[in-house]
Amino acid sequence: MSIGGILSRSIWVFHFASGPCNNCDIEILDALTPRFDLERFGIKLVGSIKHADCMLVTGMINVKGAPRLKYLYDMAPKPLAVVAVGGCACSKGIFKDSYYTRGPVDRIIPVDAYVPGCPPRPEAIIDGIVKVVKKLRSV
Amino acid sequence: MVLFYYVVFPGFLAVFVAGGIASWVERKLTARIQARVGPPFLQPFYDIKKLFIKEITIPEHSTRSIFMFSPVVAFAAVTVVSTIVGLNLINRAYGFNGDLIVCVYLLLIPSVCVVLGASASGNPLASLGASREIKLVLSYELAFWTSLAIPVLKTHQLKLASIMGFQAQNGAIASSLSGIIAFIVAIICMQAKLARVPFDIPEAETEISGGAYIEYSGPLLGFFKITQYMMLVILPLFLLEIFWGPVNSPVGILKYLLLLFIIIVLENTNPRLKIDQAVKFFWFGLFPLGVIGIILAMLGM
Repeated sequence: MSIGGILSRSIWVFHFASGPCNNCDIEILDALTPRFDLERFGIKLVGSIKHADCMLVTGMINVKGAPRLKYLYDMAPKPLAVVAVGGCACSKGIFKDSYYTRGPVDRIIPVDAYVPGCPPRPEAIIDGIVKVVKKLRSV
Repeated sequence: MVLFYYVVFPGFLAVFVAGGIASWVERKLTARIQARVGPPFLQPFYDIKKLFIKEITIPEHSTRSIFMFSPVVAFAAVTVVSTIVGLNLINRAYGFNGDLIVCVYLLLIPSVCVVLGASASGNPLASLGASREIKLVLSYELAFWTSLAIPVLKTHQLKLASIMGFQAQNGAIASSLSGIIAFIVAIICMQAKLARVPFDIPEAETEISGGAYIEYSGPLLGFFKITQYMMLVILPLFLLEIFWGPVNSPVGILKYLLLLFIIIVLENTNPRLKIDQAVKFFWFGLFPLGVIGIILAMLGM
């Protein structure tokens, strides 16, 4: 099996939240519940960025969060896939004119997949993961 | 031949494959208990293979050598103990006087390595995990040794093979009153040794986010994972050899699966204890129970 193939079969996800309203976070947890059960594909949430293969970023990235996001991205063992989840992380959303945002995510770190929606449904999050898997398999 | 024993069978390779399957059973059953579908059969091996192609990150403020060596030492220790336990399973003539004690010490080394690696990583959450691991080791080791004293008292042997031979002639240790007490104490200590849920205090994913393992990445984390998989096989087998022999038959596999089932059910029906609760439980709950068992064993029951 190729490197990309093995990476796509065991994706450990680290969840970074910087100023979200919590809706996206709840939808991410929904994707792990019995109805959707992402563990079928070997996906699980981990608590440390050092264990992660994929970083989910939610929320408009605020002033405090932006340097920490960069720091976490630099700390993570590569290869690492980054997914921006929700309208705020993809494009600042309703915080377009806020004085406190440093987002969106792709202004700070490279992003592999975007999952728009406010909040995105679990199906949309799974679709984003499929995008990441396809991208990894083509590595 | 010795190298074959250590690397292929019954050492590293066989126990690793068995441990991966046991780990899959654990994850699958957990998922079924939670009404989920669960991971595919080869998931533990995918995880290991993936970890071995990832990058190693070493924290800036860590003690480099200890940080890098402790997972490897943990892995080596569990390989040695799996060879000893496994050779005793297939060949009664193998073994040396006192290998029971050697096994227990070798089973302790992975915990010590977790403490060393976590303290060397220089992460505050990891040091919290290390301190909890030390307290957990201090609490369960006392009860564990007490439970192991009972079969030694009953058989007057310190050799695994002799204890198994005794059980082949006179029935399992666990069929007597003191034996069953010792077996229950040992099973609960095994849960703590494997750091499964009521006693997963040093890892505590939701609370200190992986605790002792927080700074480990890539192959180093992979070695710790392999160690955990192998412990999941070798520790129940070790207890079976001592308390519920003979194991070297197809019935032995059923006995092992029963122990694995007990581990998984305990894991899924209990909340995590706090560290002070765990120490109290082991010192003032299980240790007196073990002492009662020793007294009963001396009275010949």
